[in-house]
Amino acid sequence: MNKQFNGFRGLRIVGHLLRKEFLQIFRNRGMLPIIFLIPFIQMVILSNAATFDVPEVPFHLQDFDRSALSERLIERFTSSGYFRMTGESFARTKGIDELVSGNASMVLVIPEEFEKELVSTGHARLQLMINAEDGFTAGVIRGYAEEIVGSFNQDQPALIPRSLDIGNSPPGIEIRSSGWYNPELVYSDYMVPGILVVLVTIIGLFLSGMNIVREKEIGTIDQINVTPIKRWQFITGKLLPFLIIGLAELTIGLVIARVGFHVPMLGQYWLIFMVASIYLLVLLGLGLLISTVTDSQQQAMFVSWFFSVIFILLSGLFTPIESMPHWAQNFTQINPIRHFVDIMRRVMLKGADAKDISQPMAILAIQAIAMLSLAVNRYRKVSS
Amino acid sequence: MAETIIRTERLTKRFGSFTAVDEISFTVGSGEIFGFLGANGAGKTTAIRMLTGLLSPTEGSASVAGFDVYRESESIKRSIGYMSQRFSLYDDLTPRENVRFFGGIYGLGSSELKEKGERMLEALDLGHAADTRLSALPLGWKQKLAFSVALLHEPKLVFLDEPTGGVDPVTRRRFWDLIYQTASSGVTVFVTTHYMDEAEYCDRVSIMVDGRIAALDTPEKLRERYEVNTMNDVFIRLARPARRSE
Amino acid sequence: MRRFLGFVRKEFFHIIRDRRTAAILFAMPILQLLLFGYAIRNEVTEVRTGILDLSHDVVTQELTDKLLASGTFIPSAILSSEQQIADAFASGRVNVVVVFGPRFAERMLHDQKAELQVVTDGSDPNVSRIVTGYAASVAGDYLRDKGYPSPGIVPLPVMMFNPGLKSVYLFVPGLMALLLMLVSAMMTSISITREKESGTMELLLVSSLRPIQVIVGKVVPYLTLSFINVITVVLMAMFIFGVPCRGSIVLLLLESLLFILTALSLGILISTITSSQQVAMMISLAGLLLPTVLLSGFIFPVTSMPWPLQLISNIIPARWYLVLVRGIMLKGAGLAELWKETLVLIAMTVLFMTVSVRKFSERLQ
Repeated sequence: MNKQFNGFRGLRIVGHLLRKEFLQIFRNRGMLPIIFLIPFIQMVILSNAATFDVPEVPFHLQDFDRSALSERLIERFTSSGYFRMTGESFARTKGIDELVSGNASMVLVIPEEFEKELVSTGHARLQLMINAEDGFTAGVIRGYAEEIVGSFNQDQPALIPRSLDIGNSPPGIEIRSSGWYNPELVYSDYMVPGILVVLVTIIGLFLSGMNIVREKEIGTIDQINVTPIKRWQFITGKLLPFLIIGLAELTIGLVIARVGFHVPMLGQYWLIFMVASIYLLVLLGLGLLISTVTDSQQQAMFVSWFFSVIFILLSGLFTPIESMPHWAQNFTQINPIRHFVDIMRRVMLKGADAKDISQPMAILAIQAIAMLSLAVNRYRKVSS
Repeated sequence: MAETIIRTERLTKRFGSFTAVDEISFTVGSGEIFGFLGANGAGKTTAIRMLTGLLSPTEGSASVAGFDVYRESESIKRSIGYMSQRFSLYDDLTPRENVRFFGGIYGLGSSELKEKGERMLEALDLGHAADTRLSALPLGWKQKLAFSVALLHEPKLVFLDEPTGGVDPVTRRRFWDLIYQTASSGVTVFVTTHYMDEAEYCDRVSIMVDGRIAALDTPEKLRERYEVNTMNDVFIRLARPARRSE
Repeated sequence: MRRFLGFVRKEFFHIIRDRRTAAILFAMPILQLLLFGYAIRNEVTEVRTGILDLSHDVVTQELTDKLLASGTFIPSAILSSEQQIADAFASGRVNVVVVFGPRFAERMLHDQKAELQVVTDGSDPNVSRIVTGYAASVAGDYLRDKGYPSPGIVPLPVMMFNPGLKSVYLFVPGLMALLLMLVSAMMTSISITREKESGTMELLLVSSLRPIQVIVGKVVPYLTLSFINVITVVLMAMFIFGVPCRGSIVLLLLESLLFILTALSLGILISTITSSQQVAMMISLAGLLLPTVLLSGFIFPVTSMPWPLQLISNIIPARWYLVLVRGIMLKGAGLAELWKETLVLIAMTVLFMTVSVRKFSERLQ
């Protein structure tokens, strides 16, 4: 028998393992819905729930001036689409009560003599009491309000008394802002690529780890270990099905992203699939590693759950990496989810090419190699 | 006796401070039906796992089918069949699929696999049950199937770890018919059991107590030595002073 | 009664003795609070900024210094042409490019229209808005310092309850809810199903203890542990993360107790409708933890969700508990403001309890 023949036969053994895994997966009634329904549910719920978009802000009005000017300003707020008035009162404490009870997220206080002051001095103060429990939302609300007041100011040059002009034309800086890739600032464009990562992660990590532990639990692993099968054959046969399923999930996810959410795809699909394969190898290695250190599916599940929660929350998917303290930012460098989220966003939304993402891709590749060799090393046909 | 197929020399397995198997030495000849008896927890399964290359020994030496258990465990695996204590075929696959899978990972070619598999399923007389999921079949059938699967790649030696646990006497008897059939074709059978009537069927039996081999001989000689009428009484005489059980 | 107390004690030691479980119950909450308290923030700080200065004059120089001095903008690249913007974004070197238009100083003084453009990569829309706001206020300050106050209405925002806009304030209550769900609901459901699976439940039920005593006995240890967890977390929140407790701490603890009861009754309910640990685990994960993270307002505001999800969020106990905790700790609210949320939790607890008792006795017959 020559070597080539041996190699061919070796691959055939992997083929038998693959066949068996797919038979089992497709026969498992509990598993099928998990594999094929979860992507849909996840995409729909996550993309809609995971949003910091701040829609119509409910505000409470306290107009102590009751002038034509204040009325016009209020009208600006209510017609902007950003704000919705939920009540009006004239007692200071009532405003705070409204914030406490949650009926309003902002109290707009227009002081007495508002119009008069603007006409005589060129300035008038407007107080915004914003519920800042959620600091981020509060920042956005302030932004909305400032935008409205800013444009109101520009449209009311007539109100500013000539006498107060500094020279003929007062110095000014015009601030303009634009979003380079997402000019309409659509939130789902930002979230969906990251959610695709979560999708692939759950399949890759949970199913693979659980699968081998299950064979341990029911004892079939012994029956396999007592055969002359090679380690690489067993591991390939165990990992390949989930690599394939992971990529299939990603494909479904990408279709939903495109058709359901109209997320742009500026980069190349092959690049995404290539990175996803590398990423899945990292996860599958981790899953395999978990399966070698646990004895029951419950333990495997707990460990997988623990890691995935930490990795997902520290991935920059929900909260920006830049907001984290430096030690945490450094820690995220070893987080594969962080790199894949980063790559997905850059490739899909910014059209990054292989050169642009070479650094995170290299990190993932190193992790894949490290994880797989660690797992293969820990996996023993012979226990001690 | 014919040539030796298993030889152990002071084979020992320790888990931490617990000695599961304590310096056992014995030989098994080719073609024998060798009964490996002992109370629960006496160390039978640990010993089998060492001989099948699933567990590496702590001390001592052993060779199986002429291969060393430390260095050549993969070669051992090519020469042996194994049916584990816990029923270990895939419940969610059909008999035919199980046969195909295990034959496949033993490296059987596809034509060989087909021919042998069909012959085997026929011999088992499964009929149309060959294509229903294993989980729907009675335990007795599953055990016969597992035994046949262990023989699929024509090993010289087969290890059966409590192959007849949990079934009725008639089914057990039928299973032993299979074992005889196999042994008559020259395959060595290494079988553990705690049914003492089964011990009578063996060519030779060893009785393990607390990790050591307390006795090893043919059933008749053992009965004579301990001056009792059944293997059951032999076992009780030997196992009663055991320090560990369960 | 003495028998019952003995049973509770046995259950308690059972939990404590299993090291892995004990670690999950005590170490994990603390670890998670520390990790997430420090690491999960959505404040916009340290934006990697590229500067594209098309005029290079005194004003742009001073404005650049002022922008960078704020600490929000971290200089990461100096660009020299607009063509480089795309590249800088794609490589991920910068998130924001500040562009000073040509003849900046000149146009500022004479046309009123010096052009300062804030180009965000736009991938995170809110960062876009917030960063633009920062830039505008820096420019406003600059003009004011130079003695050119811009005329018009000046909005003066007051950030109520959380002037530092710290996200810890927001996340700590969410973490409390999450941890309590984990310990109370998930652990209880798994522990009861384990007894069912291993058959020891039958043993307990044929003992002289009444079924209700068995259930209560199983639950009391978890109740105690959860309550210890609440106290730990509240103390850590106050003394390590500086989250204020403006309302009554007694009320906070009482409401937490109520939420623990809700979670425990959910755990019992799950265990009565499942037969294997695995199913209990899946239901707890998919049905309790995920919604608690995603739909309760823990990280993402409920008001930001589309209405079907807002509707669903109503049946998630954590959503109401979050309002309670945030109300008491941050806003100093009392029962007068929070009676509605309290009632909802009570109603849920009663409902879960009733259904479980009914299911439980059905099984016994």
